[in-house]
Amino acid sequence: MQKKWELFVKSFITNEGYTKVIAGLENTVQIAFFGFLIGVALGTVVAIIKAFSKRSKAVKAISLIGDAYVAFFRGTPIVVQLLIAYYVIAPLFGVRINALLVGILTFGLNSGAYVSEIMRSGILSVDVGQMEAGRSLGLSFSATMRKIVLPQALKNSLPALGNELIAITKETSVAGFITVLDLTEAFKQIGSANYEFIIPYLMLALVYLVIVLIMTLFIKLLERRLRRSDKRN
Amino acid sequence: MINVINLTKNFGSLKVIDNVSTTIEAGEKVVIVGPSGSGKSTFLRCLNLLEDPNGGSIIFEGVDLCDLKVDINEHRRKMGMVFQHFNLFNNLTVKKNIMLAPVMIGCRKLRSLKRKRALIAFVNLFRKNKLELPEIKETRASIKEEAERNAMRLLKRIGLEEKANVYPSTLSGGQKQRIAIIRALAMNPKVMLFDEPTSALDPEMVGEVLQLIREVADEGMTMVIVTHEMNFAREVGTRIIFMNEGRIEEENTPEEFFQNPKSPRLKEFLSKVLSPSSRPKEQTV
Ligand SMILES: Nc1ncnc2c1ncn2[C@@H]1O[C@H](COP(=O)(O)OP(=O)(O)OP(=O)(O)O)[C@@H](O)[C@H]1O
Ligand SMILES: [Mg+2]
Repeated sequence: MQKKWELFVKSFITNEGYTKVIAGLENTVQIAFFGFLIGVALGTVVAIIKAFSKRSKAVKAISLIGDAYVAFFRGTPIVVQLLIAYYVIAPLFGVRINALLVGILTFGLNSGAYVSEIMRSGILSVDVGQMEAGRSLGLSFSATMRKIVLPQALKNSLPALGNELIAITKETSVAGFITVLDLTEAFKQIGSANYEFIIPYLMLALVYLVIVLIMTLFIKLLERRLRRSDKRN
Repeated sequence: MINVINLTKNFGSLKVIDNVSTTIEAGEKVVIVGPSGSGKSTFLRCLNLLEDPNGGSIIFEGVDLCDLKVDINEHRRKMGMVFQHFNLFNNLTVKKNIMLAPVMIGCRKLRSLKRKRALIAFVNLFRKNKLELPEIKETRASIKEEAERNAMRLLKRIGLEEKANVYPSTLSGGQKQRIAIIRALAMNPKVMLFDEPTSALDPEMVGEVLQLIREVADEGMTMVIVTHEMNFAREVGTRIIFMNEGRIEEENTPEEFFQNPKSPRLKEFLSKVLSPSSRPKEQTV
């Protein structure tokens, strides 16, 4: 064990493995964070379209596209989506491909499919009377959506959205498939340096665990803040 | 003020409103009564197009609201609506509930005025005799301030100014409904539509809500009220409409309506709702 530890310290510090870990952490956080943001934006739009597809034929048609999108991204593994995005679709757009960007976009699209389901049930959980009250005051559909329905839907969906953020963070560990240096890839390379993986992989698990715990704490705080409007005072 | 012409509304194959025509004049207090499922709510909700009619038209101040080119939001501002379940915005404090629509609509007007002004200023660059720039007196801050002042004035009127900064979940049903009413009044509507405003209330709170509606009626507001409170209908209404199976079966002044019902359906309905056994349901204070 002593020897394993020394090997790890050697490749982590002496051979500057930590720079890889820092870069990997940066990439992991970027993919998770921006992917999640894209996912929430995209998922919310899809959810609004789906929740109100009964209003008109045109919206219904768009909502079918939304269905296909959700079915594809929920029905295929994220690794396959990454491979297709990086090796099939991205080359169509240019010679120099930024793997990190492809990763962020793919995770964003993937997450959007899940978030759309979360937000759809969030929107449906808001009483239709809220929308009707807004419209009866002369507010537009989009104004009522923005000021009244979405804030309540978001609050109702917060626990599920928190789970999604945690899930996407852990899933970024497959970003190495498209040459992104993420946390997993970084520790893998440190281990490969002298074929000693036990400590690097245990450390890797620890880093993910800490990230997820920090996120959980942050989500709890946010939920408490948003619950203010339910409190009796 | 509101001209309803051959209004028809179906839900799927169910005909809920069947070719209804009537005219609501300014200052009238029209009360709609009728058995459950007869289409009262649907009729009321067609008036401000919360339900899209399948046929006929609603002419409000000379404008056909069913015309798709009409900006319905603009006309809805002049038609306040009060719902059975209050529908206060749960995510906003009481004061913000009242201020939201006036502020958003005020700011929207301000933006379009500024855009117009910028356009004129631009055109002026190329003109010798300059066009006059429209004066903009309001700012976002002044719109907010004015809306807040108005909200507090209305809250004071119903004696709830100390509730300004609490969320609706902390209020009683009667308080919620009275706030819903002044929220509608804050838009200075020309007509108020009430859909069973007291049906979801505990009996001891019915009185305070009816009292507020009565006051608004006395100020001359045009009103259309769906209610099961027969005493209130008789007292406040200037015309009572009996709806049955999606049609106006009978309409008359309150005196005639209750003393001289003509159609057998109405007689049957009145004997039910006015029978001693159902008395407790229609107490009005
Ligand atoms: N959104 C809807 N979809 C389908 N059917 C509906 C819808 N809204 C109302 N209906 C039906 O239309 C009919 C009339 O409903 P409406 O709510 O207008 O009756 P009402 O006279 O207001 O009754 P109540 O006194 O119970 O409120 C009912 O049979 C109801 O089931
Ligand atoms: Mg009804």
